[in-house]
Amino acid sequence: MDITAGLPVTSPVKRLTRRQLIWRRFLRNRMAVVGAFGIAFLFFLAVAGPFVLYWKFDDIDTAAFLTPPNSAHLLGTTRSGRDVLALTVRGLGKSLLIGFLVALISTSLAALVGASAAYLGGWYERSMLWIVDLLLVVPSFFLIAVASRGAPEGDAAWILLVVLLAAFAWPLSARVVRSLTLSIREREYVLAARFMGLSAARIIVRHILPNASSLLIIDATLGVGYAILSETGLSYFGFGVQPPDTSLGTLIGEGARMATTYPWIFTGPAVVLVFLVLCVNAVGDGLRDALDPASASGGTA
Amino acid sequence: MSQTDAGRRGENPTVPVLQVRDLEVTFPSEAGPVRAVRGLSFDVSAGESMAIVGESGSGKSVTSLAIMGLHPATTRISGSIKLSGEELLGRSDADMSRLRGRKLAMVFQDPLSALTPVYTIGDQITETIQAHFDVPKAKAWSRAIELLDLVGIPNPRERVKSFPFEFSGGMRQRVMIAMAIANDPDVIIADEPTTALDVTIQAQVLEVLKKAQQETGAAIIMITHDLGIVAGMADRVTVMYAGRPVEQGGLDDIFYRPRMPYTIGLLGTVPRLDATDTGPLPVLEGNPPSVVDLPPGCPFEPRCPMAIEVCRVSEPPLLATDGPGHVAACHRVETVIQESLTHAEIFPAPTIAESALAHVPRSERPVVLELTGLKRHYPLMKGAIYRRRIGTVHAVDGIDLELRTGETLGLVGESGCGKSTTLLEILNLGTPTNGSITVLGKDTRRLGRRERKALRRNLQVVFQDPMASLDPRMPIFDIIAEPMGVHGYPKPEIEARVSELLQLVGLEPSHADRYPQHFSGGQRQRIGIARALSVEPKLMVLDEPVSALDVSIQAGIINLLEDLQARLGLSYLFVAHDLAVIRHIADRVAVMYLGHIVEEGSVEAVYSAPTHPYTQALMSAIPIPDPETERSRQRIMLTGDLPSPADPPSGCTFRTRCPTYALLPEADQGRCRTVEPVLESWGEDHRAACHFARPLTLV
Repeated sequence: MDITAGLPVTSPVKRLTRRQLIWRRFLRNRMAVVGAFGIAFLFFLAVAGPFVLYWKFDDIDTAAFLTPPNSAHLLGTTRSGRDVLALTVRGLGKSLLIGFLVALISTSLAALVGASAAYLGGWYERSMLWIVDLLLVVPSFFLIAVASRGAPEGDAAWILLVVLLAAFAWPLSARVVRSLTLSIREREYVLAARFMGLSAARIIVRHILPNASSLLIIDATLGVGYAILSETGLSYFGFGVQPPDTSLGTLIGEGARMATTYPWIFTGPAVVLVFLVLCVNAVGDGLRDALDPASASGGTA
Repeated sequence: MSQTDAGRRGENPTVPVLQVRDLEVTFPSEAGPVRAVRGLSFDVSAGESMAIVGESGSGKSVTSLAIMGLHPATTRISGSIKLSGEELLGRSDADMSRLRGRKLAMVFQDPLSALTPVYTIGDQITETIQAHFDVPKAKAWSRAIELLDLVGIPNPRERVKSFPFEFSGGMRQRVMIAMAIANDPDVIIADEPTTALDVTIQAQVLEVLKKAQQETGAAIIMITHDLGIVAGMADRVTVMYAGRPVEQGGLDDIFYRPRMPYTIGLLGTVPRLDATDTGPLPVLEGNPPSVVDLPPGCPFEPRCPMAIEVCRVSEPPLLATDGPGHVAACHRVETVIQESLTHAEIFPAPTIAESALAHVPRSERPVVLELTGLKRHYPLMKGAIYRRRIGTVHAVDGIDLELRTGETLGLVGESGCGKSTTLLEILNLGTPTNGSITVLGKDTRRLGRRERKALRRNLQVVFQDPMASLDPRMPIFDIIAEPMGVHGYPKPEIEARVSELLQLVGLEPSHADRYPQHFSGGQRQRIGIARALSVEPKLMVLDEPVSALDVSIQAGIINLLEDLQARLGLSYLFVAHDLAVIRHIADRVAVMYLGHIVEEGSVEAVYSAPTHPYTQALMSAIPIPDPETERSRQRIMLTGDLPSPADPPSGCTFRTRCPTYALLPEADQGRCRTVEPVLESWGEDHRAACHFARPLTLV
């Protein structure tokens, strides 16, 4: 059966793929591009900073305790004579890793568990919801604190922290994703995909998650901030990242106690954290608009 | 209160109750000002009905909101709206509140969301009364009961205490009408009052609306896209296009002597229940323009086959034509009048390929789809922890259907009759509760995973709502390519085929990287059809493919479907509630009621002599866009709503609403109550399931 008999022959027209379209739409949002550069800059700073800076984060300048910013210490020193700039750069590296990894893991987990529970239903849904509800009622803060206390110490200890933070961050989002999926599942395009013969896994990835993406992106954006601040909270109480290693949270926690008298210890890390969260938000917004064809990122006619 | 109003109206019958002059409504939007209504003028007198007809986006609902004063403050409204000589524009919201519900009443489109769910019906009607009159609660309450009785709610004394969720859609619309006439208004605006309802319920509600008008003597402004309703309800008609009135006049002038090509085209493209010719429909090419950035000249010019140079340059004013009070906005009015052009001359119907199967007798064609004794029952469960079965929903209760190659079978029925369940059963390719489904010779009960997937390729579906059936986040290339990806087409072939398919359904191949939202409703439906066709199916299931589209777009899709069928030898299972569309496109028709097929046969046989009382009622309820026919037609009104499929009546399921049953002697009624009728032959390829069937000529 040749369905195109009688039609003029045309060569396939050049077109943009779905990925190219999204990329082009993302680039149209100026704030998002600025945010992306901001994040890239912070990563660069965290990686290259220690090699460039004169002071290492664990160096102690016995000649300068609690000095305000000057030519030797651009952001001043702490009570123990450590350079605030070097500490901030070191802390930034840790916080970036923790923030992005936790957000990525917890949002992916929430998306997959929430969407599959709602789409597949039955016993799978019930058991998943049971786990979600269980995790929601467990006092996560103390569990993480206790677990990270008993864990082996060393350079890789932060990985356990990431896993634990992520493990307790996803359940609430998973519930929201599930309820969103329940409504998307009933749309005709999902039905159409099923009647085409698409498998459940591909329907979830191709149709359900893109249509829940606005929520997922907001969730991930907030997740970055949440993870950095949770780690701050844990570090503040002495869990999480332990000295001499440091993180933005530790620095802010330490600096906050002396914020009125020695503000420079606090200011540097706090400004970096705010800048990071702003950049993440801008990128998140840009990504959300790029994925949503109804947004203004379609360009102007 | 009613005497004084009636008295005042009686004194001065020449002054129109509502006088609209040069109404202009403009909204702000991201893309620039939206000029939703431009220069609308009309008068409506007491007791008169005026219809505003137009497609979506033509400004008809915006007009009704402007009259009610319900636009937000950012909207710019100019011109004049006078109610009994008093200017309404420029009044404060508080001022308008005193008129709304008192002098001006409105019936909205969606009865499901127009009533507050947490108050009883009685509370809501008494609230309407007490908002304007200082009457005691008890008196308002008894008036509410009177009103419910007037709009035909059975047992109003009890039902007045019900909550909205206890009422069906049709009943809620009756309540809305009761609320609208509660304070004896001067003007009732009905904005698509029956669009959300089934045809038999639509007929009931329109009847109630007419009765309400007789009771109150109010002027009715009827906003609708359905020309059949206009023909049955209106005295005068305003046709709107792109925010402009393009033709105004008396009902007969508009229907029998239309002068503006758009009106002519609109009347010509509607498939009619009483049309015996089922050739291709004349088509209004293109889409209505966006009202954000209108070019100079006539907005209809790009779609108008009669357009000349001047049409591109200047927008024609509304000028008198040959009839009294009949005005039209067209540069070519003179030509239309002189040559008395009809749609056949202005909009020639396209030619459609002839099927190679046309000369093969039906009995010699292979069967593509066969249902035998198909049943689908759903358990009715109750309880949160200990779930137990408390009943059974008989969604589909034993139906037989047969569809042969190259043919279209129309499946008709009201919502809740089981036609969607039947479709889903077929598309699921699973095991029904009882009976069997055979697709292309394969029994679905005995399919393996691999076979089922292979069969899916030959069975494709087009859904009703073109927006909901396309993933909004996918470019249309990916949408059309998706089924091919599933069935393992090689990549380069997919690439080439998508552009071929886009061309085949009449879309631009270079638009493949756009998202569905960039297309109009009709174009989206074409994308849905292209997707279904991509894997070269043999059987297409069409679930109300045109009911969500505007009238002028419908014809193009129907023609496309017929053309594709002839060229590709497709078989269609066409589900619809619109009997006129089915008559046009189908070869055979099956009428469903409460999970049963009550009548089936060839389209000619069933339409020329409908035999089952339900088919007869359904046919007589479809409005025909012809005032003369509408006036002289015999109407069979059904009472009440569809019974619940969880508790179907014994014997004949239709007996609770059957007009024939009501007239039968007691002994015969007993037979209907106890014996379930089976399909009996009424001629060649015509069967009906009724003990006391009588063929009737309706159209």
